[in-house]
Amino acid sequence: MSDVTNILVVGIGGQGVMTATEILAEASIAMGHDAKKTEVAGMAQRGGVVSSHLRFGPRVLSPQITPGTADVLLGFEAAEGLRWRHMLRADGIALMNTARLVPPVVELGLFDYPADPIADMKAAGTRVVAFDATSIALELGDIRLGNTVMLGAIADHLPFSAEVLRDCVLARFRRKGEKLVELNRRAFEAGRAAVGAAEAALA
Amino acid sequence: MAAVMPVPAASRVLMSGNEAVARAVWEAGVKVAAAYPGTPATEMLEVVSTYPDVYAEWSVNEKVSLEVAIGAAYAGSRAFCCMKHVGLNVASDALMTLTLTGVVGGLVIAVADDVGLSSSQNEQDSRYWGRFAHLPVFEPADSQEAYAMTLAAYELSEKFQVPVILRLTTRICHVKALVTVGERTPHTGAGFAKNPARFVMVPGNAGKRIPLMFQRDGELRAVAESSALNFVEAGGDRRVGFVVSGPAYMHVKEAFPDAPVLKLGFSHPAPFAKCREFAGQADQVVVVEEVEPLLETELKAQGLAVIGKDILPLQGELSPAVLKPAIARLLGESVPESASTAAPAPIFPRPPTMCVACPHLGVYYTLSQVRNLNISGDIGCYTLGAGHPWNALDTCVSMGASMGVALGMDKGRGEADRDKRVVAVIGDSTFLHMGMQGLVDMVYNRGNVTVLLLDNRAVGMTGGQNNPGNGRDIHGGEAPRIDFVALVKALGVKEERVHKVDPYQLPVLFKTIRDEVKVPEVSVIITDQPCVLTQDYHRQPAYAVTEDKCTGCGNCIDVGCPAIHVTRRGKETKASGREVDLAFVRIESSVCTGCGLCLQPCAPKAIEPWVQASPLRLVKEGAPA
Repeated sequence: MSDVTNILVVGIGGQGVMTATEILAEASIAMGHDAKKTEVAGMAQRGGVVSSHLRFGPRVLSPQITPGTADVLLGFEAAEGLRWRHMLRADGIALMNTARLVPPVVELGLFDYPADPIADMKAAGTRVVAFDATSIALELGDIRLGNTVMLGAIADHLPFSAEVLRDCVLARFRRKGEKLVELNRRAFEAGRAAVGAAEAALA
Repeated sequence: MAAVMPVPAASRVLMSGNEAVARAVWEAGVKVAAAYPGTPATEMLEVVSTYPDVYAEWSVNEKVSLEVAIGAAYAGSRAFCCMKHVGLNVASDALMTLTLTGVVGGLVIAVADDVGLSSSQNEQDSRYWGRFAHLPVFEPADSQEAYAMTLAAYELSEKFQVPVILRLTTRICHVKALVTVGERTPHTGAGFAKNPARFVMVPGNAGKRIPLMFQRDGELRAVAESSALNFVEAGGDRRVGFVVSGPAYMHVKEAFPDAPVLKLGFSHPAPFAKCREFAGQADQVVVVEEVEPLLETELKAQGLAVIGKDILPLQGELSPAVLKPAIARLLGESVPESASTAAPAPIFPRPPTMCVACPHLGVYYTLSQVRNLNISGDIGCYTLGAGHPWNALDTCVSMGASMGVALGMDKGRGEADRDKRVVAVIGDSTFLHMGMQGLVDMVYNRGNVTVLLLDNRAVGMTGGQNNPGNGRDIHGGEAPRIDFVALVKALGVKEERVHKVDPYQLPVLFKTIRDEVKVPEVSVIITDQPCVLTQDYHRQPAYAVTEDKCTGCGNCIDVGCPAIHVTRRGKETKASGREVDLAFVRIESSVCTGCGLCLQPCAPKAIEPWVQASPLRLVKEGAPA
């Protein structure tokens, strides 16, 4: 059903994937949509793969995104984008953080981490916009702003205005003081700008 | 968890299935709720415990939790009990006789099947318990239904004085969707009315209850026939009609929006007349149920020519991606393209790992360094010891099984294992859950086993819940605390065979394990450092690798801490002519919590206190922004 938007958020346990998806769900609900969010993350806290599905529209039935039908893939980690790119529809877009998180099985020499997973995604035909959310967060003074940078990154790829999502993000920080709200506002806009600049460079 | 102000009635809230059930439990006026944590069910009781006016407890195991709920329901109060699928196996002894006594106050047993095996040792279909124990089964399809069916289950439970099984799956428990919530209706129990003929199940009494149970089956089936939870949705495309229950309903509606559907929310005892009538509305009828062909088999026995597991898998979720090609094949259509082209890229896996500084790291590093061990394991984070780099856990069956399996390995050892030492590894909570009896058996039958009791003061794998071993109740308040040393001695382990060891002290741990495995009797080594994800853990100053001192020996990597990363690899030819692999490392010091485990095997002493070159300041006043 084309009136349902499918957003896939991927990364690894501890990166904030599930929280980011929940905020996206809140924004879609604020716009009056029905929404369902699901993930398989049984042992995610232990460094495992997390893929979080968000579907929203007039009415959502199955909470799961069928492979090949995701509109947007938001990747918190470079190789995870490669792992999940098959979920995107042919003209879907992957918004990728270039951060690399190498698991112990690779450190032990049992498996290889791809030399350039973003390039591999592009070579496989995926439309990719890549940016360094981690560096952006560090420049703003706190690596934990990375999640807000990621949400800013997807803000202009939603069927509603970026400000709706921004308000939902900032609402989470209201209780923690204006300083933190302002920092997150900057992080959100920096994520938006990074994707905008990367897309302009591709065009 | 502390009590919070419940969301007002008529609010529309984004809730997981677990949260929705918990809300309904509160609204239904439940007085007593009990559970043992287990994925994907854990959050139900966690959330119930945040509501006011409900007694909530973490029980030591699922059988006890059900018995607590039974007692409350006998006493006339509404009661709730929840568990993961394998938990109901543990509780089933009580369940199978509970069905004869029935209940007075409503009792709902929510059981969460891990369809798709996200975090379990098996994938089983708990709906069987409805058949086995002659109990009604409700199967919601999303959070709103989970909420509504919990409320409906209490009504049915009290009307028929029967416990109701609310069958959930991972795809209900952990999916968030919008739920419109309602008011709480207080429920006042009538008190316990003594009635030995009903509540004392000795043969003479039980025999008289059995016919009533069968009679109840018939009455419940009649209710299912007219229940609003079982409904037909007509469809224009009548080539295939679907009889469907649970979350698969949403998948069927997604994949085949125009097909006729008989949706069964009250799925057992099944409304056979309704099914027969529905069968006439479509050319073919496919039963879609996760995971076993229960309804399908019953409908076939009723003479209905339905299709089910003939074309659908007997394992895993029945998502649109699974259903579409199966139905296309049934109809002789070409299979949709996406199923074959949309395969995940073949890249490295990310198996779950132990946390940075986890106290289990030292235990498994040590076990990996001791030769000639057969190690029976158990259920918890420490099951990860079976993985790389330790490969130091050889079995995992069920809660507490490490004890009995170890004794059996000892008694059943063949000639080939004559020189092997048998070790059992079990966590604190699993030990209290079902391990203690195994230890008694081991002592009584003079086993030759070294037990490692890893006391990290929490139910770690499910999120660090409190248990009788950490002195805190479900709300975090002070509670009586089990003394494990005193406990294992009381169970018969000799005083000199009980040792308490700090798992971060590798030489002590190594010596204790090596000494005890040589003693041909039962030893218990208790480690006593807390789970790093809990409030009991206190981080220490971080470490870093001094690059020019690292010789690439790779010893630290064998500890298995995920904060250690390889920077480059090399080869070295030893004086003997043997070529060895080198791995030079760094520590991700920003996540290092200074446990000091990796220092101990580091030959060149290259791991030293971390001196931050340019500190990443946390966000606070005066921070650069």
